[in-house]
Amino acid sequence: MTEPLLQAVDLQCERDNRILFQGLGVSIAPGSITRVEGPNGAGKTTLLRILAGLNDSYTGDIRWLGAPRHHQLEQFLRNLLYIGHRPGIKPLLTPLENLRALTAVRRPLADATLRQALDGTGLHGYHDVPCRQLSAGQQRRVALARLLISDEPLWILDEAFTALDSHGVEGLEQLLVQHAEQGGAVLVTTHHHLDLPGMIRLRLGRGGHNDDQ
Amino acid sequence: MTSNAPRAVLADHNVSVGRAMWAVVRRDLRSSFRQRQDLLNPLLFFFMVVTLFPLGVSPEVSFLQQAGTGILWVAALLSTLLSLDHLYRHDFDDGTLEQMVLQPHPLFLLVLAKSLAHWLLTGLPLVILAPVLGIMLHLEGNSIAVLCLTLLIGTPVLSLIGAIGAALTLGLRAGGVLLSLLIIPLYIPVLIFGTGTVAAATEGAAVEGYLALMAAFLVLALTLAPFAGAAALRISLSNS
Repeated sequence: MTEPLLQAVDLQCERDNRILFQGLGVSIAPGSITRVEGPNGAGKTTLLRILAGLNDSYTGDIRWLGAPRHHQLEQFLRNLLYIGHRPGIKPLLTPLENLRALTAVRRPLADATLRQALDGTGLHGYHDVPCRQLSAGQQRRVALARLLISDEPLWILDEAFTALDSHGVEGLEQLLVQHAEQGGAVLVTTHHHLDLPGMIRLRLGRGGHNDDQ
Repeated sequence: MTSNAPRAVLADHNVSVGRAMWAVVRRDLRSSFRQRQDLLNPLLFFFMVVTLFPLGVSPEVSFLQQAGTGILWVAALLSTLLSLDHLYRHDFDDGTLEQMVLQPHPLFLLVLAKSLAHWLLTGLPLVILAPVLGIMLHLEGNSIAVLCLTLLIGTPVLSLIGAIGAALTLGLRAGGVLLSLLIIPLYIPVLIFGTGTVAAATEGAAVEGYLALMAAFLVLALTLAPFAGAAALRISLSNS
């Protein structure tokens, strides 16, 4: 068993006087795809935000490569690619400008590489159109283009499949499997029917526990 | 899990903080220039408030000379306040802010970059417009020069302090009102020293001491406000 990348022990989160989950253990190992499941309001997004470090209102222990995450926050963040429900795409900028702005703060890449990534998500011919003129699915694809040029091992994707057409869903599924095969780890929520080989399911809503522990 | 489980390759990219800050500033400037009315609003407000005073109160030269600096400073302060709500709002709505917090850089430096972009887009145009309006209010040449200098030192302080308030009120629906209530008391010292400096200059007194005090405000805001702003951002995002 390899050492997990990210590990949460005895996680508890309370929201509006309601316990979303308690005693929750999450372990995300390299090469794994974990899907967080549960009905609306079960706390899927909250869990993902807690694990990504956006939400501090939890008790429990979160470890990155075996050591407390807050001691090595910078290293953790450098290895995390988080695409949230709101994916960080500016409607006034073009897909290329958006991608450039998102990568420039982490790992600047040549425009040719960025264009290639946009082509790879099926945005050929839309590189220089302001994103607000694109459809919801196309905007989603701009954000997902980051996956194609990512060198971060840990992907946390909230509602990744929203607004994608069947072709886009297929491409993304393939991408996730490929990432896991290369030693990356994926944590994903979706209401879309997703059944990848070896996928770990983490069910929230009924005193959740990690099925694959 | 298979026995020959894969090992993760850790990312080793490293962007200098300066380049990351520059990227933040550039993105803000670029998207603001795509939406020019947001850019013009504070300037137009500034212009209108200042032009309405002679019409509404008195067009007498003696009155305008006496009240002119106060009018200009108050108008600059209010138009900065007007623009503050936009500082993080769009970024919050489209998720850019979440991405900013998740960068492997100290958040306070990115907050500083956001404040700098805000000043370049609102504070600096006000400083540039002020001499024209100063002439319109019959201010003397020397007073106008000192006025611009105080605005040049003072408006960055307004942006920096304002960024704290904007971050704190981010998740609230009636954030705009609360933002004004929170921030105006902190703006008052800047206003008093800003207008005080010009008044001293008009009377022919030495202004170096006043300017030094204002510069001290700026240094204080530069060093402390980004930390408070970063902490406020984390709180607001944590509760959203």
